[in-house]
Amino acid sequence: MRYLPLSDADRVEMLARIGVAGIDDLFADVPEAARRDGLVDLPLGKSEMAVERQLGALAAKNAAAGATPFFVGAGAYRHHVPSTVDHLIQRSEFLTSYTPYQPEVSQGTLQVLFEFQTQVAELTGMEVANASMYDGSTGTAEAVLMAHRLTRRDKAVLAGNLHPHYTAVVETTAQMAGHAVDALPPVPVGEDDVLARIDDETSCVVVQTPDVFGHLVDLRPIAEKAHAHGALLIAVVTEAVSLGLVEAPGAMGADIVVGEGQSIGNGLTFGGPYVGLFATRKKFVRQMPGRLAGETVDAEGRRGFVLTLSTREQHIRRDKATSNICTNSGLCALAFTIHMTLLGAAGLKRLARLNHASAVKLAKALGAVPGVAVLNSAWFNEFTIRVPGNATDVIEALAKRGVLGGVPARRLFPAAGHDDLIVVAATEINSDDDRAAYAAALQEVLA
Amino acid sequence: MSMNTQGRPTAPGEAADATHPTFTGNKALMIEEPLIYEIGRPDVTGVDLDDDAETETHLGGLERSADPDLPGLSEPETMRHYVRLSQKNYAIDAGLYPLGSCTMKHNPRLNEKMARLPGFADIHPLQPVSTVQGALALIDLLAEGLKELTGMPGIAMSPKAGAHGELCGMMAIKAALEARGDARAIVLVPESAHGTNPATAALLGYKVEAIAARDDGTVDVAAVKEKLSDQVAAIMLTNPNTCGLFERDIIEIAEAVHDAGAFFYCDGANLNAILGRVRPGDLGVDAMHINLHKTFSTPHGGGGPGAGPVVLSEALMPFAPLPWVVAPTSQGEGGHTLVEHVESAGGATPFGRMTAFHGQMGMFVRAASWMLSHGADGMRQAAEDAVLSANYIRASLQDLMSLPFGERPCMHEVLFDDSFLNDTGVTTLDFAKAMIDEGYHPMTMYFPLVVHGALLIEPTESESKASLDLFVATLRDLAMAASRGETGRFAEAPFHAPRRRLDETRAARQPVLRWTPPAPTEPEPKRDAAE
Repeated sequence: MRYLPLSDADRVEMLARIGVAGIDDLFADVPEAARRDGLVDLPLGKSEMAVERQLGALAAKNAAAGATPFFVGAGAYRHHVPSTVDHLIQRSEFLTSYTPYQPEVSQGTLQVLFEFQTQVAELTGMEVANASMYDGSTGTAEAVLMAHRLTRRDKAVLAGNLHPHYTAVVETTAQMAGHAVDALPPVPVGEDDVLARIDDETSCVVVQTPDVFGHLVDLRPIAEKAHAHGALLIAVVTEAVSLGLVEAPGAMGADIVVGEGQSIGNGLTFGGPYVGLFATRKKFVRQMPGRLAGETVDAEGRRGFVLTLSTREQHIRRDKATSNICTNSGLCALAFTIHMTLLGAAGLKRLARLNHASAVKLAKALGAVPGVAVLNSAWFNEFTIRVPGNATDVIEALAKRGVLGGVPARRLFPAAGHDDLIVVAATEINSDDDRAAYAAALQEVLA
Repeated sequence: MSMNTQGRPTAPGEAADATHPTFTGNKALMIEEPLIYEIGRPDVTGVDLDDDAETETHLGGLERSADPDLPGLSEPETMRHYVRLSQKNYAIDAGLYPLGSCTMKHNPRLNEKMARLPGFADIHPLQPVSTVQGALALIDLLAEGLKELTGMPGIAMSPKAGAHGELCGMMAIKAALEARGDARAIVLVPESAHGTNPATAALLGYKVEAIAARDDGTVDVAAVKEKLSDQVAAIMLTNPNTCGLFERDIIEIAEAVHDAGAFFYCDGANLNAILGRVRPGDLGVDAMHINLHKTFSTPHGGGGPGAGPVVLSEALMPFAPLPWVVAPTSQGEGGHTLVEHVESAGGATPFGRMTAFHGQMGMFVRAASWMLSHGADGMRQAAEDAVLSANYIRASLQDLMSLPFGERPCMHEVLFDDSFLNDTGVTTLDFAKAMIDEGYHPMTMYFPLVVHGALLIEPTESESKASLDLFVATLRDLAMAASRGETGRFAEAPFHAPRRRLDETRAARQPVLRWTPPAPTEPEPKRDAAE
C-alpha cells in the first residue's frame, strides 16, 4: 500500500521491541465478541490510476457549471477565483497543518486569521470578527444562541425571506435547546411583517439581505425597532460580493452579521466546504462563538499572533462554553483572505458592479420573454421571475437544453405555493452569449 | 577548507557570529512579513476585471456609503506574502506531527486532484438532481463504505466537523427520546472526554455529569451503573479513549446503558486505531461521528474544514436529519434521488436540518479516494500500523518517561504523564517547546485532564521506522537532559522557531483582534479643503 511506509521486516522488528508475538496481542483489550478476523466487505486497495478512473467516471456524470450557461444561486454563487488562490491554499504548510495551538510554529496560519478577521470586520462594517464558522447557516444558528446569552431572552424572530435552509437550521437548534422561534412565511413580493413581530420578549430578529428572492432590504427600521425593544438585529448575507456595492449591515445597525463567505475564494463544491463569516460589536466579543486570533508579543518583544479568549471555548470551559465548535473552516478562510487581498477594496467594488450589471442585463433579457415577469424592484445579482406554469418543469426543460437557469422556489419552499417562481442569479462569469442563450431557451421552453 | 572552481571558500569561516542581528530582522529563509494592512493599498488590485457599459442600477438606494478598508496587492506581491507566511507553519508534509487524538496522517495528493475534478468541484448544491447523479453516487459510495466499516445501519452525512457530528448524534438521541415521550435531563461524560462532548450536551440543555476513570485509565462499569437512571439520556464515550486505551468493558457498559433506556454516543475521534478490526456497531454504539479529517486523511488546513458524518443505530435511523441521498433499486432503476424536505421523507421523521446544503462534498471526495486507495485490506493494515507505531514509541520510551497506567499496550496513541519530570525544574510545556527546537511539532499537552501534565503522542501509520527511531532518540535525549537538570534547554524554548514563546496572557487581557491604523505620532497636517 503506497501510503504505508512500514515494511513487513520493520513490523517484525517493532513487535520484537514491544515484546509481543503478534499484532493481535496489541488488540487484546478488545472484547472477543467484537474482534473481527476477516476483512470488511469492501473492495481491496486500488492503484492511483484505478481510483482516478473510478472517481473520474462519477465526476463525468455531473453537469459542471463551467460547461454551461449557469444562473444558479440561492445561497451559493459561482464566481471566478484567481488561479493564485488555489495554488496558495495547496501549500503544504497551510494545507497539512493543524489548528494553530503551538503559536511558535503556526505564525503563518495565525497571521492569516488575523488578516481574515480584519477583512471580515471591514467588509461587514463591524468591529470584530471571528476566525470562521462552518458556513453561513450554522453561523446563523450560533448567532441566535449568542443573542439569547446576551439578552437573556430566548425568542428569535426570523424574517420570511431568510434562506429556508437557514431557517431550518435555526429551528432545529431552537427546538432541541427549548428556545422559541417565530419564523415568518416567505414573501416573494411585498412587505414582510417582521417589524410587527418584534416585542419585549424578542431576543433577536434575523434578516437576510439580499434576501432569498434577491430583494435588498433596508435594515435600519428593523434595527431601530429591535433596539427599542432591547432585542438584537442579526443580519445574514449569503452573497459576500454584494458588500462591495450594497450598504454594510454594520452601518445599518446590525449587532451581529453572519455571512456565507463562499463567494470569495471558494468554489461551489456541491454545497461544502464553505466558510461562515461572523462579526459583531467589540462589547459582545466574550459571548462570541468560535476561534479568535489575537496580537501579542514574544519573549523578545516581537509581534506575534496567538489563539485567544479561549476561555469561551469548549476545550477550556467544557459544558460552560459559548459553543461546541472546534474545527472550523480554516483553509476556506485562507482562500477568502487571499482572494480578498488580490481584489482589494477597488477590485471588490468593481467585481460587485460587474455582478449587478450582469443581473440587470439578465433581468431585462428574461423580462422580455413573453409571459415572464421579474418580481424585484431592487436587487444585487439575484432576482426572482414568475413563469407561466410549473417552474420545476421549466428548470428541468432548460437543463435538457444545456442551461442551468436557477432554483425553482418550490425546491426551497415545497409547501408555500410559489410553484411558478424561479430564483435566478447572474455573476461576472456570465457572458452576453450566456444571457442570450438563457432568454432564447426560456422562450423556447415556454412557447 | 575546500574550494569551488571559482576559488571561493565553501566552508563557514571560523569567526562567523551566529547571533549577529541582521538589518532586516530576517534570518535567511526565515523572513519577517508584515500584515497586508501594512503593505497593501485599497486602490491596488491583483485581479483584472472587464469594464462594463451597463450603467443602469437597481439597488433601491442602498448603495454602500463608506468603502471598506481592504488593502489590495498585485499578484506577485500576493504570492510572496502568503508563501512567506506559509513558511512559518509546521506541517505534516514537513515532519512527524504527533498530536494525540488529532490523527495527523499523510494527506494524499490524489485526494486533492479528485476533489478538484470539475464534476465535483464545480457543481451547485441546488442544480437539478438530474444533472448531479455522479455526485449523489459518490456520497452514497462513501456512506455505504462508512456503514460497512462501522457495522452501523444508518448514516447522516451532512455534519460539517466532529463537534457538529456530535451535535447531530445527540439531537437524534433527543428526538428518539422525545418520540417515545421520555424527556430525560442528564448526559454522562467521562472526565477524560474531549471538551466538545460536554459542550454539545450542554447546548442541548442537558446537565452533564462526570464519570471518574478507574486507576487503569478506563471507564468503570460500576460507576456508570451507579449513575444510570431513568433521567439519563445518554452516555458519551470515546473509544479508544483519550488515554489511548480500548474500553475493555464497553459491551457491558452499552448493555447497562440500553437497559436503563438510554443511548450510547461514541466519539469517533479515535476510529483510526480500530478501522477494519473492530466495528462500533458490534460494541452496542447508537451514534458515532467519523472525523473524515482524521481517519480518512482529508487535510486539516490549519483548522478545517473538517467533515463529521454520523453513523446511526436502527433505533436512531428514523430521526436522521435532512437531507439524504436515496440510491436506485438494486436493478439500477431510476437514478439517485435527494430527499431535502420532510414532505418527501417517506415514513422517516427527521429531527431537522444541520446545515444549508448536503455536507462537506469536497471532503467526501477526498475520503472516498482514501477509502478506495486503501481498500478493506489497506485500511486494516493502516489501523494496525498506527497501533504498532504508538506501541513502538511506548516501548522505546517507557524506561525514561512515565506511563500513568503501567506498561500495558496502548492503541494508536500513547499517554505519558509528567512524573518523569518531577524535581527536574522542567514542565510538560517546557518539554514540548524544546521539541520545537528539535524540528518536531509538540504532542498534545495537558489533555486528557485525568493525568497530571499529560503528553499524548499519536504517530499515525504514516511514519517510516527511521522516522520513528529518530523521534524516539530525540525524546530520549530530551528526557535525559531534563533528568540531568539541563533546564536551559527547556525553560525558554523554543530558541529557533520563527517566534519565541508568545505572551498569551497579554493577548487575552488586552485583546487586539484586528488591525487598526496606528495612532498618528503627531497631529496630521491640515488637508486642503479641495481634496
